[in-house]
Amino acid sequence: MLGLEQILIQTINGIVTGMILALVASGLTLIFGIMDVVNFAHGELFMLGAYVGVTTIAATGSFWLALVVATVTIALLGAVIQITTLRPLLGRDPLTTILATFGLSLVLQNYALWQFGPVARKIPEPLSGHFKLFYLDYPWYRLVIALLSAAIIGALWLFLKYGKYGIWIRATTQDRVMAAAMGIPVPWVHTAVFAIGAGMAAASGVLFGPLVGVNHAMGLDWVLKAFIVVVVGGMGNLGGSIAAAIFVSLLEAYASLWVSPAQAVIVSFVVLILTLLFRPTGLFVPTPK
Amino acid sequence: MTGARVSVGFWTGFGVVLALLVVAPFVLPEFWSRFVTEILIWGLVAMSSDILIGYTGMVSFGHSAFFGLGMYGAAAALLSVKPANLWLALAYGLVAAAVVAAFVAFFSTRLRDIYFSITTLVFSQIFYVIIFTWTAVTGGENGLTFSRPALTVPGLFSMPFTPNTLHWFVLAVVAISYLVLRRITHSPFGMVLQSIRENEPRARAIGYAVERYKIVAVMLSGLFAGLAGVLYALQNRFAAPDFVFFVVSGEVVIFNVMGGVGTLVGPVVGAAFFLLLREGFSRFFTEYYLIWVGLIFIAMVIFMPQGLLGFMRRRLNQ
Repeated sequence: MLGLEQILIQTINGIVTGMILALVASGLTLIFGIMDVVNFAHGELFMLGAYVGVTTIAATGSFWLALVVATVTIALLGAVIQITTLRPLLGRDPLTTILATFGLSLVLQNYALWQFGPVARKIPEPLSGHFKLFYLDYPWYRLVIALLSAAIIGALWLFLKYGKYGIWIRATTQDRVMAAAMGIPVPWVHTAVFAIGAGMAAASGVLFGPLVGVNHAMGLDWVLKAFIVVVVGGMGNLGGSIAAAIFVSLLEAYASLWVSPAQAVIVSFVVLILTLLFRPTGLFVPTPK
Repeated sequence: MTGARVSVGFWTGFGVVLALLVVAPFVLPEFWSRFVTEILIWGLVAMSSDILIGYTGMVSFGHSAFFGLGMYGAAAALLSVKPANLWLALAYGLVAAAVVAAFVAFFSTRLRDIYFSITTLVFSQIFYVIIFTWTAVTGGENGLTFSRPALTVPGLFSMPFTPNTLHWFVLAVVAISYLVLRRITHSPFGMVLQSIRENEPRARAIGYAVERYKIVAVMLSGLFAGLAGVLYALQNRFAAPDFVFFVVSGEVVIFNVMGGVGTLVGPVVGAAFFLLLREGFSRFFTEYYLIWVGLIFIAMVIFMPQGLLGFMRRRLNQ
């Protein structure tokens, strides 16, 4: 028998995973919206972020330091990747960026396997407190993740809305040529955006690390989910991605009341296919004429 | 360039390559002749995907689904029907791949460009999840193992496969598939596909039912990928969910890009190149060879646009 408690617990679970997914997906959607790059390697940046986190914690013991170090390191890595592989592809068919980033994901994933081995690592939870949620001891840490993710996304939004460089980024999204004519260094805006997206992926990797093991293949699941969210929310639409992330995660959480979590993924696949068929521009944007 | 001369040149080239591949098992050591068989099978998948990538301009990231369903279809026939029958395995595999291809085609062809790619990718993941979790039927993570059926021609002869006859059987199927696919791409139907690639709105304006052509193209492509799946099942005597995972689809796209799209032969060359690269690097760098394969692939995407979408298309249109 399905109790109200179970539904409430799954609602909270869904929102928590949804917030992390939103953090991953907002980087992905930012990169797509501004650069027309479908970043297949996003999941690998997430995974590498988690690994940098693991290493930093092993060295210093501080989770919060690890979060910062991972974000900065992977953001720098993102900048290097953008300059070396994606900048030469600027102006070519967007499909070539899929190919290049697919190659990148192969490289990064196998690099992680080589460097860290096949055994999953664990990031300890920075807060071990629990609170009583019906019959469960619910860890505070999960709520902290959701709040932190929301804070990072909020900061990004404020930056894009009011920051000088944020305005540069938005200008580049709207009209690349005009932005360049106004003196905005468009190639460097692209680099910065890719770095920001990569850093956000890394931050979510560290935040999510304590909930699951860190291993070299953890990115695959996430990149697929993030793709789904980005398309459902409307490619390049930040607000839509966040709404879609929570929507899809809630549906999956409810579905896992009946089927195994592995099968619950199918629910989000179905949502994606229905979205593509009936509202290909995304669920959360008005249909253009 | 006259048609007759091109045709003589083509058939000579085809004959020479075919002859080389026929004698390959006599010349090469057993490991490498098995390797050539494998290249042929992956070449067939790559060729089938070229119908979409090179000729219709739709990059499918879901060919693992068709390939895998061909495998599992063959497995179903070989495990459920006694005695195991080669042709029944072929039929089951093709039907399974065709059904899946029809289903995927119906939904995915409504979308264009990246959206098409993502939809095909998601569909292949759906089949992966189903196969991975439906342990009772598909064997789940462990997959299915079965024995190889005998090579029979009803009323004529029946003999067990040896590595050599298997090689020739695969070669025959791949060669015939190549000729069929070549005929299709040169047919009026193939021309319509290329016109869709070049300018979809105009093809529509002239009055072609673009959606219907795309659906047929995806189904055709899926059918040949399924055929390759059956061959792979015959060669390796197992079916595993790993072959339905989207990374396999990505590799098929890599074959195409490395070899040159829109040529049918290119993807086979690409498959050979990729598999050789993997084999070579895996000897030097043990498990981490994919790092190098990936780096070479990225370099090719950036510096060899000849192998890429643009250049080959332009040359074909001269």
